[in-house]
Amino acid sequence: MAPILDIQNLVKNYGAVEILKNINVAIEPGDFLVLVGPSGCGKSTLLNCIAGLEPISGGTIAIGGRDMTHVSPKDRDIAMVFQSYALYPTMSVAKNITFGMKVRGVDAETQAQKLAEVAKQLQIEALLDRRPGQLSGGQRQRVAMGRALVRDPKLFLFDEPLSNLDAKLRVEMRSEIKKLHQNLGATMVYVTHDQIEAMTLATKIVVLKGGVVQQIGTPAEIYNRPANLFVADFMGSPAMNLIPVKARKNGAGMKIEIARQGAEPLVLHDTRVAELPEDVILGLRPEDIAEAGYRAGENVQTADCLIDMVEPAGADTYVVSHLGGKQVTARLHAETVAAPGQMLGLAFDLGKVSYFAPQTGERLN
Amino acid sequence: MTDLGFPQSQGRNWGHVALRCLLFLLLGLFALFYLMPLFVMVTTSLKSLEEIRTGSLVAFPRDVTFEAWRTAWSGACTGIQCEGLRPYFWNSVILAIPAVLISTLIGALNGYVISQWKFRGANLIFSLMLFGCFIPFQVVLLPMARMLGLMGLAGTIPGLIFVHVIYGIGFTTLFFRNYYVTIPAELVKAAKVDGAGFFRIFWSIFLPLSLPIIVVTVIWQFTQIWNDFLFGVSFSQAGTQPVTVALNNIVNSTTGVKEYNVDMAAAIIAALPTLFVYVVAGNYFIRGLTAGSVKG
Ligand SMILES: Nc1ncnc2c1ncn2[C@@H]1O[C@H](COP(=O)(O)OP(=O)(O)O)[C@@H](O)[C@H]1O
Ligand SMILES: [Mg+2]
Repeated sequence: MAPILDIQNLVKNYGAVEILKNINVAIEPGDFLVLVGPSGCGKSTLLNCIAGLEPISGGTIAIGGRDMTHVSPKDRDIAMVFQSYALYPTMSVAKNITFGMKVRGVDAETQAQKLAEVAKQLQIEALLDRRPGQLSGGQRQRVAMGRALVRDPKLFLFDEPLSNLDAKLRVEMRSEIKKLHQNLGATMVYVTHDQIEAMTLATKIVVLKGGVVQQIGTPAEIYNRPANLFVADFMGSPAMNLIPVKARKNGAGMKIEIARQGAEPLVLHDTRVAELPEDVILGLRPEDIAEAGYRAGENVQTADCLIDMVEPAGADTYVVSHLGGKQVTARLHAETVAAPGQMLGLAFDLGKVSYFAPQTGERLN
Repeated sequence: MTDLGFPQSQGRNWGHVALRCLLFLLLGLFALFYLMPLFVMVTTSLKSLEEIRTGSLVAFPRDVTFEAWRTAWSGACTGIQCEGLRPYFWNSVILAIPAVLISTLIGALNGYVISQWKFRGANLIFSLMLFGCFIPFQVVLLPMARMLGLMGLAGTIPGLIFVHVIYGIGFTTLFFRNYYVTIPAELVKAAKVDGAGFFRIFWSIFLPLSLPIIVVTVIWQFTQIWNDFLFGVSFSQAGTQPVTVALNNIVNSTTGVKEYNVDMAAAIIAALPTLFVYVVAGNYFIRGLTAGSVKG
């Protein structure tokens, strides 16, 4: 299948400052692409480039197989939801939703019919005569969605549509957007700085930092095999443990030594890697460190560790231990009995481990 | 402006009341002082010449007569003609209305472009326009006269409209720019994605938002243009003079007895339209000014 959105070698400068550097992304019809990264990394700029709201300094953008690099926004067959919603303040909700159709000369009957459909879908029928100023944040968000949905475009673009909502509403709307994507089978490009939103919504994630693509992949790929230290640290909450360790050759595998304060180094044996430099950073997610005995498998190795801190979090209990000069978090069962200052047997699942080069931050395994 | 309302002892309370009384007394005196000239104007315009000569300046009229008003409106002499203010009043109306509307519309468009359709050099152009606000009238008199001559508009009302539009654009642009920069850029982006173009966005989205600043601009421009004397006297000729120039001529061209009552009535007539605009739209004026400046 031809990609519905194909971005090649895209470069964007503001004056002398390079904001986006050589971006290459392609998605298939029905994909949900999430652009994620910290604030100021160029996500909105990239979305604006896709929409044609910002001219690009190099590269090409094709939508639906057509080169759109120099096409104006209105002819790109896109709809966009903005972070501030950007509702037209003097128009009623109904007028906001139908404005695009009115501009394009759609007849009044079709307008009314489409408006009714979308209003029903988003449950905003009761709000149609109100002005945006008379709506709550969540209602405004729905109207902004309505304005996009009514268009039935090739591509939906969302710029942090949930970031102005309170936590509870955000979770609700998140699943509604997901449902919408599944029901419509539409193709969406979604910008967020929230890695949980990215994980829950995406079929494909692009992680950006400083205008450079760090990794492109499915949520599982990004989560399980982060391409570098930045992605490893940015995606997942609580963050992946990144522990500086010493690696030594040991038969067919490697012996991993983790320094400990006032005690012998913790030694693990990884038989799955053949070659590592001496200084590496070992990455292991909190859920891949469990209580000894709870996790089995050939890659699981246990060691007694001194517990520094215990954080019960309802469904889980997090314990923190000082390893390799870092606070290492393990995610244990809620009923686990642990106390600071005591030793506890922890099981490290080396089948899930990532290794990174300390200098470049690149993934090694 | 509001009472602080903290509990006070009896003694302090009395001091408080006394202070209040003093304050009101003082404010009242200032108000009286400020209203005095208007009072004298209105009463004098309602007196007969005879009564003015014999009575006191600040006394109420004994016999109210509108004779002076009639003369001022349609009989007083401005030099050799004796048609009163009426023809010049209408000159001012057909001069001020188009000049206000055109300069406001251009200012709105300028402000819209400068704040929402940023282009290279937009800020420089805006600075130059601001600079234009501070050029004294006198400086432009000669070049403007030459220009009007070249355009064939010298001494005509369209010529005066032209002058006032040019001179007003700096202010109207400033007003609208400061109002529109507070509007988030995403609004224009959303409209662009919806398929609207430059004028469509202006007309359907920005103008409906602009009522407060339109009122401010209209009041400002109307007051400036209606009250203008220098341009009026410099760029008009017999028959095209605005009301301010005619007023001056009436007051200065009396032969024999000075008709104070007619002068006063004429002055009030000349000032009524600006007064009217303030009363009708003054509330908006205050609100619009603050709305534009607080966030600007
Ligand atoms: N119009 C502009 N002119 C100059 N720099 C800009 C402009 N818009 C954005 N930037 C810069 O581009 C970078 C990326 O911005 P943006 O795409 O909004 O980030 P994000 O949406 O990821 O938070 C920021 O450093 C920002 O300062
Ligand atoms: Mg952004």
